[in-house]
Amino acid sequence: MSIFSMTKTLCKSILHGPYTVQYPLKPKEKYERTRGRIEIEINDCIFCGMCSRRCPTGAITINKPNQTWSIERLSCIQCNYCGEVCPKKCLHMANEYTTPSYDKVRDEYARVSDNQENN
Amino acid sequence: MGKRTIIPFGPQHPVLPEPIHLDLVLDDETVVEAIPQIGYIHRGLEKLVEKKDYQQYTYVAERICGICSFMHGMGYCMAVEEIMNVEIPERAKFLRTIWAELSRLHSHLLWLGLLADAFGFESLFMHSWRLRESILDIFEETTGGRVIFSVCDIGGVRKDISNETLQKIAAIMDRMEKETKEIADVFLNDSSVKLRTKGVGVLTKQQAFDLGAVGPMAKASGLSHDMRTTGYAAYCKLNFQPITATEGDSYARTVVRIGEVFQSYDLIKQAIALIPEGDIKVKVTGNPNGESFMRGEQPRGEVLYYVKANGTKFLDRVRVRTPTFANLPALLETLKGCSLSDVPILILTIDPCISCTER
Repeated sequence: MSIFSMTKTLCKSILHGPYTVQYPLKPKEKYERTRGRIEIEINDCIFCGMCSRRCPTGAITINKPNQTWSIERLSCIQCNYCGEVCPKKCLHMANEYTTPSYDKVRDEYARVSDNQENN
Repeated sequence: MGKRTIIPFGPQHPVLPEPIHLDLVLDDETVVEAIPQIGYIHRGLEKLVEKKDYQQYTYVAERICGICSFMHGMGYCMAVEEIMNVEIPERAKFLRTIWAELSRLHSHLLWLGLLADAFGFESLFMHSWRLRESILDIFEETTGGRVIFSVCDIGGVRKDISNETLQKIAAIMDRMEKETKEIADVFLNDSSVKLRTKGVGVLTKQQAFDLGAVGPMAKASGLSHDMRTTGYAAYCKLNFQPITATEGDSYARTVVRIGEVFQSYDLIKQAIALIPEGDIKVKVTGNPNGESFMRGEQPRGEVLYYVKANGTKFLDRVRVRTPTFANLPALLETLKGCSLSDVPILILTIDPCISCTER
């Protein structure tokens, strides 16, 4: 039976200082694989619809005639399944998380046509 | 016999991380009977198998629980792999074992913190969770997620861990082993902790067997019942013995879990030493047809996955028997005769995971 069993750990903690990240003075370190949010290289996209068919939560919508790709950020579960099945590999996972918001955000990306680019 | 009163316990209670309701029938301050009520967080995940194809369901299975997420994914994948006769690469088996053992560490350290919090030992709670943080960082570095990994797939794993990172993990395990010894000493030897756990909520070996207790609950009562000994994933290549105790009280359950923490450190280091080079995934084509079940050892005990497929991409049925569900009858038995003040500790000692139970 001991009543001072915690003393050694507590003394070490006093000398060590805080173990927690001093956010926001020091941002949390992100790793290369950290799954934050899905990003798209829209000009490489061929609008095949593979990502929207495979998405487990149905967060992705594709409008082939209008050449738009949109994602409902709150429905996305960051599983990266869309990135794995994409034949053009134009979807990838960014380290940064989705920005907090009050509303359900649907991010829409439209392909910039070659003519528009030249103009 | 005095006047009996019924005190509702939960679903919202400071000690409960998740909602479960118990009607405690009290005679003075002694619990005579506990009547459970579950169903507050039922999400219909088993029914969802009719809407999601068998590959998409991997992500659903992982989300049954936030603590044993990886083992749910692995259990489901192993059951489907058995139907499809898929033999996964050796490296994938070892990687699954490493992630599974890290999950066990993460779960047990979380539980130790919650237990300390339940009896009001705040600094012990913080230090247990400080240790757990290192494990979460390993998860984020190797899988990209801190709680939900999304690395287990039918046919293997999605991500490899480089040999340098594996050596780094082994070094972290060595460091954590030393730090855990300090924390474990408090849980096992501190007089105030012992007063709250020793002799409280005794479950005899026969009761544990009759009521179908699993995991640390059964092991603390002397039942050597550990699914890892069946040798799934890479456990057949590793050297270990189930940790057991004989007393069957809350203290014994703490002893078993602390023993399992040190066992997991050892198993991870063994797996890192033995991991072979090679592929991490085999290509899986076609649809499953048939039925199978898989038994695995989660931090809370044995999990059973039953999968029935019909040859299409949608499965007929997935059934999950989770460890907390199996441990509830044993909990109700241990509650009988205990003091009202011991109820929070007793509920915690089964390590209740209500998300798993209700699915």
